[in-house]
Amino acid sequence: MDSQTLMRDVVVPAIQIAVFLGVVLGFVAYMQLIERKLLAFMQLRLSPRRVGWHGILQPIADTVKLIIKEDTIPAGADRFLFTLAPILTVAPAILGLAVIPVAGAPITVLGWEIKPYIADLNIAVVFLLAIGSLGIYGIILGGWASNSKYSLLGALRSSAQMVSYEVPLGFALIGVMMLAGSASLVKIVEAQKAAGWWFVFPQVLGFFCYFVSALAETNRIPFDLPEAEAELVAGFHTEYSGMKFALFFMAEYTNMFLVSCLATVAFLGGWLRPFPNLEAFAWLENGWLLVVPVVGAGFAGWLLDQRFGSGLRCMFIGGVLGGLVGFALGVADVGGLASMAIPQLSGAFWFSMKVMLIFFLYIWFRGTYPRYRYDQLMNLGWKWLLPLSIANVIVTAVVMLLRGGTA
Amino acid sequence: MFRTEEMEINMGPQHPSTHGVLRLVLQLDGEEIKGVRPVIGYLHRGVEKLCEHRTYPMIEPLTDRLDYVAAVSENLGWCGAVEALLGVTPPPRAQYVRVVLAELQRIASHLLWLGTHALDLGAMTMFFYAFREREMILDLFESFCGARLTYNSMRIGGLYEDMPRGWIDRVRHFLKIFPGRMREYEDLLTVNRIFVGRTRGVGVLSAADAVAWGVTGPPLRASGVNYDVRKAIPYAAYADLEFDVPVGEHGDTYDRYLVRMEEMRQSLRILHQALDRMPDGEVRAKVSKFIKPPAGEVYHVVESPRGEQGFYVVAQSGEMPYRVRFRSPSFVNLQALPLMCRGRLVADVTAIIGSIDIVLGDCDR
Repeated sequence: MDSQTLMRDVVVPAIQIAVFLGVVLGFVAYMQLIERKLLAFMQLRLSPRRVGWHGILQPIADTVKLIIKEDTIPAGADRFLFTLAPILTVAPAILGLAVIPVAGAPITVLGWEIKPYIADLNIAVVFLLAIGSLGIYGIILGGWASNSKYSLLGALRSSAQMVSYEVPLGFALIGVMMLAGSASLVKIVEAQKAAGWWFVFPQVLGFFCYFVSALAETNRIPFDLPEAEAELVAGFHTEYSGMKFALFFMAEYTNMFLVSCLATVAFLGGWLRPFPNLEAFAWLENGWLLVVPVVGAGFAGWLLDQRFGSGLRCMFIGGVLGGLVGFALGVADVGGLASMAIPQLSGAFWFSMKVMLIFFLYIWFRGTYPRYRYDQLMNLGWKWLLPLSIANVIVTAVVMLLRGGTA
Repeated sequence: MFRTEEMEINMGPQHPSTHGVLRLVLQLDGEEIKGVRPVIGYLHRGVEKLCEHRTYPMIEPLTDRLDYVAAVSENLGWCGAVEALLGVTPPPRAQYVRVVLAELQRIASHLLWLGTHALDLGAMTMFFYAFREREMILDLFESFCGARLTYNSMRIGGLYEDMPRGWIDRVRHFLKIFPGRMREYEDLLTVNRIFVGRTRGVGVLSAADAVAWGVTGPPLRASGVNYDVRKAIPYAAYADLEFDVPVGEHGDTYDRYLVRMEEMRQSLRILHQALDRMPDGEVRAKVSKFIKPPAGEVYHVVESPRGEQGFYVVAQSGEMPYRVRFRSPSFVNLQALPLMCRGRLVADVTAIIGSIDIVLGDCDR
C-alpha cells in the first residue's frame, strides 16, 4: 500500500472519526447542561452556575468527578458482566453516529476531500435500528449482573419497553423509506430535496409515531419507567457508580442525540433549508447569518436583564438590533458574507438547528408530563402506535400506487 | 422445572417516594402486588410518654413535631383539648386568627402533598410550582410567629400575640394570587391524560371499607362519605363560616386528588370570610400562669389536613397530664394501604401512598 492510499483510506478517515466523535460527544455533554438550563427555566429555579460563567464548565466538572469517583462493584455481582454491560450500552449508541450525514457537500481540507458523514450505507436506516436494539443487551445484563432486585426489575421493564417500541419505530421509518426509495440517509435527504418538501408533511402520522417511539426508546419522560426513581430508585443502573454509571448516562444522551438526528434526516430534511425548492427563500441558505445575531444579541440582552432586573426589555432590544444586523448581513448581503454561500456551513447550521428543536421537544415533555405506568405503556405501544404506524405504511403505499409510484 | 416465584421487595425506609421513613414490604408477582406490609416506627420518639412529664404549655412544642407539615392543626387541637379541660373559651378574635392560621396551614400542607404526589408520578415541574406557593405561606407564618415549620403558634386560652401589623394585607395578597396559580396546577394535572390514566380507578377504597378502617380526612370524603370535623363538631370559629365539604364518588386516587384541590379552594373561601369578619379585642383569655386543670378526661378532635386528629387527655391533680393519647390520621389511614394496593402494579403503590398523604412524624409519634 503506498502512502497516498494509506493517507486516503486510513489516516484521514481516522482523523475525521476522531474529530467527529469529539464534537458529537462534546455536544452530548453540553446537551446535558442545556437540558438542565432549560428545565430550570421551566421550573422557576436556578440551574448550575457555580462552575465557570453561568455553569458553562459544569459538564467538565461532572465528568472529572465521575472519573475520579470510586468505582464500586457490589458483592455478589457478576464482575465480568457488570463491567461489560455499560460498554455494551454505549458502544452501539456511538456506532450509530457513523451514518449520520450532517451537511450536504463534502469539504476539502489540505487537498483531502472529507465527506460530511463517516459512512453512507445503503441500508443505514436498518443499520441504525439493528444497532439500537443491541443497546438493550447492555441494559438487561447490567440489571442482571448487579444482583439487585431493583436493578433486575428496572432492566426487565427497560427491555420490554425497548423491544415493544422498536416495532412502531421501524414501521414509522418504512413510510419514509418508501417515499425516498432508499434506506440510505443521504438518499433520503436528497429525495426530500427532489420532492420539494420535508417528509414530515406527507408523513405527519409517521413522524408522530416515530417521535413517541423514540421517546420511549430512549427512556425519556413520559416513558422513563426503567429509571422511575420514585418506584425503583434508579432502575437498571441503581448499583452503578463512577465511570460505569457515566457510560450509561452517556449512552442515554448519545441515543437521544442519535434519534434526534435520525428524525432530522428522515422527516425534517436533514441539512436542507426550510422550503428547499422555493427560490424566494433562497436567502435562508444563509440562515446562520440571520439567526446567530438575533439569538446572540437577544441572549446578551437577556443576561443584562438578569443582572439589572429590567424584565425582558434588553432582550427585546437586543433581538431587534440583532435582527437588523442579521438582515443586513444575510438578506441584503452587506459585507459580502452572504454571497460567499458556504454550503457546508449552511447545511451543518440547519442540521443542528433541527436537532436542537427535537431536543427541545424532549426537554419540554420532561418539564410537562408525568410518567406512564408499565401496562399503559405496553397498551400504548402495541394497541395504538403499532396499528397507527402500520396504517401509515398502508396509506402511503396506496397513495403512491395511485400517483404512479411517486409521492 | 420452570416455575415462578414471588419476589419480596423492600420499599424504604430510605426510598425516594415513601415521604419519610415508611418501610413497605411488597410481595411481588412480576410487577403485580400480592401483598403490602407497612413497617412503621422508624420515627418513634415516644411523644405520648414525654407528655406525662411536661406541663400543659410545654407539650405544645411537642405537638409541633407530630405532623410537622401541619403543625398549626396540632397546636390547635392540643390547645382546644386543654381549654376544654379547663373550661376556658378563647376570645373571638383568637378563634378567628386560629381559623386563618389553620386554613393557611391546610393549603400549605395540601401544596406539599400536591407537589410530592405529582413528583412521584413523574411530573417534576409541578413540585416546584407547588413549593413556590407553599413558600409564600411559610413566609406568612414566619412573620406571624418567627418559625417556618414548627410554629408553637398558639397558647392555651388564645394566642401569644395578635397578628403583626399589615399581616392581614399580606394574607389578602396571597389570596388574590393563589386562584390563578391553582389554575396552573389544574392545567398541568387535572386534564392531563397521563395523570388521569395514572390515578383514575387506582387504589379504590369503598365507603364501607373506609369507614370500617376508620379512615378520615380527604381519603374518606373521596370515598363518598360526607364527614368533616369542621362541620360535624365545629371548633374555633368554623360554626360561623360558610364552606362546602367536597365529596368524591369513586374513592380512587383521582377523586382524592380532586377532593384536596377543592378543599384548597374552600380554604380560600374560609380565609376570605374570616379576614372580613375578623372581630376586634383581646387574643388571650384569662388563664392562670400555672395551668392545673381539674381531674377529668377529654377527647378533642380537629380536622387536620390529613384527617381527624384526636387528642385524648387524662388529667389528674398537678401541672402535668396523667396520660395523653394522640389519634393520628396518618396512622389510621395508612392501615387501609394494603387493601388499596392489592392486585395493583408497583407503580401504583407510589401513587396510592401519595394520595393518602401520610406524615411519618404523625404516624409514629
